Amino acid sequence: MTTTPYTSPIPVRRAHLGDAIASEWTKMRSLRSTLWTLGVMVVLVLGLGVLLAYAIGEASASPDAYEGGSVLTLGLLGMLLATVCVITLGVLTITSEFGTGMIRTTLTACPSRGRVLTAKAIVFFALVFVTTTLVSAFTAAAQCAVLGTTGGASAGQWIRVTVGVGLFMAFLGLLSLAVGALLRHSAGSITTMIGLVLLPYVLAIGLYTRELNDLRTALVEYSIPALLGTLYTGGPVGGMPMPSGWQPLWIIMGVTAVALAGAYTALDRRDA
Amino acid sequence: MIELEGLTKRFGTKTAVDRLSFTVRPGMVTGFLGPNGAGKSTTMRMMLDLDAPTSGTVRIDGRHYRELDEPLKYIGALLDAKALHGGRTAYHNLLCLAQSNRIPERRVGEVLDLVGLSAVARKKSKNFSMGMGQRLGIAAALLGDPRILMFDEPVNGLDPEGIHWIRNLMKHLATEGRTIFVSSHLMSEMALTADHLVVIGQGKLLADMSMADFIQRNSRSYVRLRTPQRELTRDVLASAGLTAVDAGDGALEIDGESTERIGELLAEHRVVLHELSAQRASLEEAFMQMTAGAVEYHAHDGAGPQWGADVKGA
Ligand SMILES: Nc1ncnc2c1ncn2[C@@H]1O[C@H](COP(=O)(O)OP(=O)(O)O)[C@@H](O)[C@H]1O
Ligand SMILES: [Mg+2]
Repeated sequence: MTTTPYTSPIPVRRAHLGDAIASEWTKMRSLRSTLWTLGVMVVLVLGLGVLLAYAIGEASASPDAYEGGSVLTLGLLGMLLATVCVITLGVLTITSEFGTGMIRTTLTACPSRGRVLTAKAIVFFALVFVTTTLVSAFTAAAQCAVLGTTGGASAGQWIRVTVGVGLFMAFLGLLSLAVGALLRHSAGSITTMIGLVLLPYVLAIGLYTRELNDLRTALVEYSIPALLGTLYTGGPVGGMPMPSGWQPLWIIMGVTAVALAGAYTALDRRDA
Repeated sequence: MIELEGLTKRFGTKTAVDRLSFTVRPGMVTGFLGPNGAGKSTTMRMMLDLDAPTSGTVRIDGRHYRELDEPLKYIGALLDAKALHGGRTAYHNLLCLAQSNRIPERRVGEVLDLVGLSAVARKKSKNFSMGMGQRLGIAAALLGDPRILMFDEPVNGLDPEGIHWIRNLMKHLATEGRTIFVSSHLMSEMALTADHLVVIGQGKLLADMSMADFIQRNSRSYVRLRTPQRELTRDVLASAGLTAVDAGDGALEIDGESTERIGELLAEHRVVLHELSAQRASLEEAFMQMTAGAVEYHAHDGAGPQWGADVKGA
């Protein structure tokens, strides 16, 4: 038995957010599910986008049909389906830690819950934003090439369907991550998020009376698929006070901020 | 050094850990003993700041866990349940931990070597056997070369070779001056590894003493004898200041005297003996007695067939 306490040759410094981000990035890239969900997303968006462009190109020969940048809206279908991938990845980023017990190891290594969640959020957000923006830009360019026209789309429209859509999808994923942190359960969280996406449509169908016309329209217009669509189309042209332009992004940012605040509080208060 | 003061955890109405106060000292293996459900894992989770105590405090080298700069360099822990992601390779499971505490990447290879997992470093950890999983958990605990190590029931589910390996590892780590805190529900396991013993039952502290003291206090040695002349024997022993206690099966038990002395004493009085032997109550018995009032689930004594009686009757 010795009386001198052990001293390690490894120096101790103050760990910071950067270290947590490096750690979360390793976690993200070392799981096959990351590659799968993002891979499926890329194939869906690009594949469907190009297929659609070919189909439409066959149907109408005149390039004037795409005036006003409407050629860019062809990316919407693939992106709508891609929301499922982003939701799944966002949820799994946190719930897989609770499911496997890894969260206990993570928190003993980094006892600051806030830092862990922030690092996860940053890594996830950056990954989804970059992937979605790139695949959107590539898909739109491919569609224009197939149809032989850009349809006179403005720079603003281009930025909205690339960077705008990238941000929207990244925030949607972050919202899923926050829901995962609150519910801690993979299937439950994914179901909740899919429900959030579909519920407005179910309600709209269920509330089919003339008196509820306005409510029904609002439900649909503010649903996640419609908000995403607005980024592509620019929104309703009529006089209705519905989201248009960049507004969908501010809406999803607000919702995500609230959910994320809840996630921070829950992670700090509850036992791991 | 880890200091617990009045540590308490309640889950609803159930008190899992009840005002625990003790100190885990460096340079030795401190055994944390208690029956299943005694609150060992809960206590350890609170030490690591995973569960928030209902009241009381834990200090690690004088600081709260959250105040440690790079905790893996102070304290490494192996928890009772699997606490790594099976979808990742052994290497990546350790790498992400190393990065969060700025532990050099070469350390990952070193600890994998140390626990004998280098050959499967690039394999997904969900395909590991129980023993390999346990070794990976220990590699994670050793990653930061910490001065405090905590193992929750490390030998559970291991084969004899694995058990032997863990015992030696813990002893070796202690001789380097590290603080080792290891839990078990088996007294026999503790007797082989621990220098100091903390015993709990139903969340309460029952004993906190050196292993040597525990053995001395709790392993009663006595002399057992059988004789057809019970009354005469009692009288002879009484005249020598000894008390013979009925053992229940017709034998007598005497505390505090050697077999030699008792044999000679009874021979002087021409007492016939059928048996004379030195006995030692096992530590396991001592532990069971100590925690008798504090186990969650009792086996029903006498509910099953009485084998002893059957054999005698036949
Ligand atoms: N998260 C929890 N919620 C409710 N009860 C719990 C929880 N964790 C442990 N317990 C209860 O606390 C007691 C102590 O459990 P535990 O610390 O696992 O004991 P040990 O590790 O000594 O076997 C048990 O009765 C257990 O059922
Ligand atoms: Mg336990």
